[in-house]
Amino acid sequence: MKRLSAIALLLLACTPFACAQTSGQTFYTYASLTHANGEEIFHAICQGCHMPDAKGAIGAGAYPALTGNPKLASPQYMAAVILFGRHDMPSFVMKPSDHKNFFEDAKLSDAQIADVINYVRTHLGNHYINSITAAEVTAMHPQYMATKP
Amino acid sequence: MQGEDAKLAMTRRDLLRLIGVSAGGAAMYAAMHRMGFAAESPYRGAPALQGAPPGISVLILGAGLAGMVAAYELRAAGYQVQVLEYNARPGGRNWTLRGGDSYTELGGFTQHCQFDRGLYINPGPWRIPYHHRALLDYCKKLDIPLEPFVQVNYNAYLHRADAFGGKPQRYRTINADYRGHIAELLAKATQQSKLDAQVSKDDQALLLDSLRQWGALDKNYAYAAGPMASNRRGYAKPPGGGLSAKPLDSQPLQLHDVLTSRLWSGLTDGEILEFQTTLFQPVGGMGRIGEAFGKQLKEVIRYNTKVIAIHQDDHGVTVSHEDTRHPGHTQTAQADWCICTIPLSILSQIPINVSAPMAEAIGAVPYAASVKIGLQFKRRFWEEDEGIYGGITLTDLPINTISYPSTGFNGKGKGVLLGGYAYGLDAYQLTAMTPEARVRKAVEYGSQIHPQYAQEFDNGVAVAWHRAPFTLGCFATWTDELRDKHYQNLCQVDGRIALAGEHASYLPAWQEGAVTSALDVITRIHQRVVAGGAA
Repeated sequence: MKRLSAIALLLLACTPFACAQTSGQTFYTYASLTHANGEEIFHAICQGCHMPDAKGAIGAGAYPALTGNPKLASPQYMAAVILFGRHDMPSFVMKPSDHKNFFEDAKLSDAQIADVINYVRTHLGNHYINSITAAEVTAMHPQYMATKP
Repeated sequence: MQGEDAKLAMTRRDLLRLIGVSAGGAAMYAAMHRMGFAAESPYRGAPALQGAPPGISVLILGAGLAGMVAAYELRAAGYQVQVLEYNARPGGRNWTLRGGDSYTELGGFTQHCQFDRGLYINPGPWRIPYHHRALLDYCKKLDIPLEPFVQVNYNAYLHRADAFGGKPQRYRTINADYRGHIAELLAKATQQSKLDAQVSKDDQALLLDSLRQWGALDKNYAYAAGPMASNRRGYAKPPGGGLSAKPLDSQPLQLHDVLTSRLWSGLTDGEILEFQTTLFQPVGGMGRIGEAFGKQLKEVIRYNTKVIAIHQDDHGVTVSHEDTRHPGHTQTAQADWCICTIPLSILSQIPINVSAPMAEAIGAVPYAASVKIGLQFKRRFWEEDEGIYGGITLTDLPINTISYPSTGFNGKGKGVLLGGYAYGLDAYQLTAMTPEARVRKAVEYGSQIHPQYAQEFDNGVAVAWHRAPFTLGCFATWTDELRDKHYQNLCQVDGRIALAGEHASYLPAWQEGAVTSALDVITRIHQRVVAGGAA
């Protein structure tokens, strides 16, 4: 949105299509994503598959709901899924990438992973009291990551 | 001596770096090769499957290209084939959205495509390299007319929001100026004897000749305003007829401006093996291929069928499935063999009794995010106003790509272009939006390159592959590590079950990968059948 010139905005405001609804969403770059909090990450990334209401979806396969799902009782389980990926879901861990490819995945810091877990577990119909810290997420990294300076 | 050698080496390295695009292009090529992207098809004709005993049955899961190629060839070889397909249409990711089509993605968001008659967008594959011989062969067998797909267009744009004040630059201009300046630098280095240690005097003369031609240098080996440069980068005022005929030369950009713009990073796409001329597209949309296969296999494809479980024993394979329009009522299909082309994103969720290594492989490969957005405009302004006929504009905006239609050139009616082809983080974020918001974003961002968007936009559709009910993702993202660990295990004939699809190939995301994996797997199953039928 911030890249959009004032003129283009003005012109677009005149088309019936643009008047119907404003998206109001910021586009993150790989750099600016590092400043996103848990709530922002959920809406920018997670809801693509888990849906805006966190109810998941069912087609030929399914995306699990992130509301009323007993697996959410364990923030460590959630952290493991985000860190290591699961089935078609990619890993979101920050890892040194030796080759940049055009479908490079989004990367989240341990603090962001903790924050998005804590957001999901206290919103979207979930009311968990306990939380997870960035340090606890860090402790779950595989050995090769933990020993890196 | 050593110091001088080091200095020479530095010079050469610097020059190579400049010549290179080397950094961007070669590194990217190496990465792509590792991912399997740059591999050529090994196709040498459809396999001759002779000598199968009568009555052997094969159940094929998925009516995408892999499944339908397998069904087509096995049926021709005398096998009894049946295909189960989740969608109500053949093709899978081979798919074209046309006016009148409706598409409901996961989450229940429905789009009604309102394109004019004959206009379309390919949400999935959209170009066929000339060396994808297997796919081309099936297009010929099925009488699918092809037309050229324009990849490189010198009059399309390279654009970055932070380069040249956000003003898009013609590919032609950046290409000519980048090459011209490099040629001049290399010519200077040659003339100043800085290459004497590496290049003989005779070769230096040839090198200078070639640099003059390659870089459009003048008689003094300079890249400067003049007819040579204008003939590459374009004129300030092009030659015409009559009194105002005389052309005016344009002024090349400075090397510094070309380099710091980083627009050179968009120069090499068309040199990658997959994008080298000639490329093709089926007339009427890529979906014509799936549609043609579907027609051939009309009697054996069962649509609207969701696979629930896959079970094998010594005698055969039993697949539980249900009608997507009447869920809850499970039916079964049985066969001697099963070829499963269901994407791993979905197969990893379906109970299947295969070996532990294969099961592990099925669950190990994440799927890439990708979004494509088709926009209809009231007129073909890119042609009428800007002289852009087909080809691709590259931008660092989240839409990444604008591709102008390679068909219907110079037409008077409306036109549909690919208004966005996003991957990575951009695709995740577009996926997370409603289809309407994706279209709106594509119009907003595209307006920075084509201000006509605001006036001419008509309607659009947006497909986010992670929300596609039949794939849950775009394609399998193999890495070196994943391939080393799982690829062999994934591609085995496990008892009576074998997998096929782009995910079982070194041509990920390409239709050729799906086709060649199917041909490979039917050949191996046929060998087992002929050898005695026991799994």
